[in-house]
Amino acid sequence: MADTESTPSRPARHLDFSKVVKDLIVTTLIATAVFGSTIAFRTVSAAGGLGLEVRYDIAFYVIAAVVIGRLLLWIFVWSKPPGTSAVEMPVSIKSGLAKVSAKVGKGFGPTMLLFALVFPFLPFTDRYLLDLSILILTYVMLGWGLNIVVGLAGLLDLGYVAFYAIGAYSYALLAQYFGFSFWMCLPLAGILAAFWGIILGFPVLRLRGDYLAIVTLAFGEIIRIVLLNWYQFTGGPDGLSGIPRPSFFGLPFNRSEGGFADFFGLDYSSIHRIMFLYFLILALALLTNFVTNRLRRLPIGRAWEALREDEIACRSLGLNTTSVKLTAFAIGAMFAGFAGSFFATRQGFISPESFTFIESALILAIVVLGGMGSQTGVVIASIAMIGGFEIFREAEQFRMLIFGLAMVIIMIWRPRGLISTRIPSIFLKEKKKVSADMVAQGEGH
Amino acid sequence: MAHIVDDPVLSVEHLNMRFGGLLAVDELSFDVGRRDITALIGPNGAGKTTVFNCITGFYKPTEGRITARHETGETFLLERMDDFKIPKIAKVARTFQNIRLFGGMTVLENLMVGQHNTLMVASNYTFGGIFGLSGYKKAEKEAVELAKYWMEQAGLTKRADDAAGDLPYGDQRKLEIARSMCTKPKLLCLDEPAAGLNPRESEELNKLLLFIRKERDTGVLLIEHDMNVVMGISDHIIVLDYGKKIADGTPEEIRNDPSVIAAYLGVADEEVEEVEHEIEEGAS
Ligand SMILES: Nc1ncnc2c1ncn2[C@@H]1O[C@H](COP(=O)(O)OP(=O)(O)O)[C@@H](O)[C@H]1O
Ligand SMILES: [Mg+2]
Repeated sequence: MADTESTPSRPARHLDFSKVVKDLIVTTLIATAVFGSTIAFRTVSAAGGLGLEVRYDIAFYVIAAVVIGRLLLWIFVWSKPPGTSAVEMPVSIKSGLAKVSAKVGKGFGPTMLLFALVFPFLPFTDRYLLDLSILILTYVMLGWGLNIVVGLAGLLDLGYVAFYAIGAYSYALLAQYFGFSFWMCLPLAGILAAFWGIILGFPVLRLRGDYLAIVTLAFGEIIRIVLLNWYQFTGGPDGLSGIPRPSFFGLPFNRSEGGFADFFGLDYSSIHRIMFLYFLILALALLTNFVTNRLRRLPIGRAWEALREDEIACRSLGLNTTSVKLTAFAIGAMFAGFAGSFFATRQGFISPESFTFIESALILAIVVLGGMGSQTGVVIASIAMIGGFEIFREAEQFRMLIFGLAMVIIMIWRPRGLISTRIPSIFLKEKKKVSADMVAQGEGH
Repeated sequence: MAHIVDDPVLSVEHLNMRFGGLLAVDELSFDVGRRDITALIGPNGAGKTTVFNCITGFYKPTEGRITARHETGETFLLERMDDFKIPKIAKVARTFQNIRLFGGMTVLENLMVGQHNTLMVASNYTFGGIFGLSGYKKAEKEAVELAKYWMEQAGLTKRADDAAGDLPYGDQRKLEIARSMCTKPKLLCLDEPAAGLNPRESEELNKLLLFIRKERDTGVLLIEHDMNVVMGISDHIIVLDYGKKIADGTPEEIRNDPSVIAAYLGVADEEVEEVEHEIEEGAS
């Protein structure tokens, strides 16, 4: 592409007139259909109830803007000679970018970790930012957990939030009925979630691709509906409240004598508890990352990736693919269970409303956006998505629109996610990254 | 005219495989010698791949018995085993007509996945491995050594850290064979390993197969179209047509069998001579 730019006898721009007119007519029709039926009408509260305000003028301006925009695109962008794509970057810039991103990539992890460690003590960090980072870290952890199932094993799981719910309810119920402390419940919640992962996995993992996705989605909903309807046990739609807050290894975060502040001779401040929650979720997320990275280098992790690449080849090498899938499912579920019990202790109140399909979709979006299988990608995607939601909080109605648009743009720009290269789990001489086009995406993509 | 095999590593008896109205394999019986290279040949659609799929458990035969025998005298009835247990326990490995590598994983990683079962045991089913117990580290080192050995034999050492999907076609074929050998099989089944290879690659493949037979005490059962390969390296040839066995014997016997030339090659009379000539060449 770069050569074409420098050739002196560059072909003239040319426009196929009839093609453009046809395209503009189609554009007008589509825009009229879309905006004529939406923007043109508005419901207003009138005297006798709801009234309808007709706004053809606004609809007209919007349609005109779309058509003119399309025309401008034709004139300035799509009129280039065939072969020169408008969005193609010169090769030199591309390779330069690749080099920069490779350099950034190397130091990125440690820098982020360092930043995460000092973040609560930075001068500009207030309660709001701390709360937001706790939320982001929760999604980072969930993203890393789901990455095992989707990114490594290549199993499309649309019901991941079910295990998050199981973790949260496990803690809340164990605390309520048996008075177990957070630190006792944390592992139990993980084990219970993993257990349910296996129970659900047995029937589900026989399916492939799209069928697997649909059935996991259904299972996610079933769990939520059970929680919603089993009133005597789970409190149904009322949820569970009064969930015990975590203590600092037995020291509660309150004003009392023998509390955290008192014990360390600090002035009591409510921010201590938030800071503690921050470090708790940071530690849990790092544990997830550490375990996943470790597992990737063990036979089990390689089997997950091999499963994503080619299930039949796995079986021909003597891998029991059912148990490979089940372990991926169970370990992914376990981390969701940990995250769930953290969620419960942080909120102090849970109800089935927190565990809808939208949550599953959001976590999956984080994994896909970050680049499937990439741990760093999940961090960037969580910050971008959850942080982005906050930034556009003002824009309320348009938030989802902006969000959707951003997703579409990123999927066009980087169809394999932000970080799409794969790092080998073992190497002989040199660790070479594997480019995205080689890596399979597993079932149902 | 069954070829007599003294010490079969695999016996197929009265194998039938039916797909709806189609009898893809029809009363097929043959033996595969323990240290032989046995070739299964026949025109397209003769049922060769189907036989492989029955042996390696990907299809359950409609009828028949498939027995694998180890030197220890242990026998395994393959038609009753799950597909993944056949390489794991009965030690019969295979490759595919359409190469099936883990394209996004490196050559070395592919060879490590081939040793999954050994490594799983060594890592105490992950529990030992995750805490970095020394037993696993040692086992992993050994696994890397075995992978290096097979990379050496397949001429892939230089490409150890490259993605398998990046390799040229001939190397991918050899990697698939090397990966199967990492499961330490007693019998290796290769489905058209020379398909699509150029003469030099084909020569390298022959060397690899002869090495496997000689050094590794592994029987080889291969499906092949390339007469050069078949006549040049096989000890025993079985000819299949429309799912039936039409000839079974040494390369010389097969070469002189008129029914093979007529049926297998399924060519018009004037072309037979040409083909005979080709076969002759392959033998020399
Ligand atoms: N899974 C299947 N379902 C239906 N028919 C099949 C199946 N597998 C193979 N066949 C049929 O069996 C016959 C033998 O095929 P195959 O074993 O692939 O032949 P070869 O490998 O000798 O070229 C063909 O007619 C093929 O269409
Ligand atoms: Mg075939």
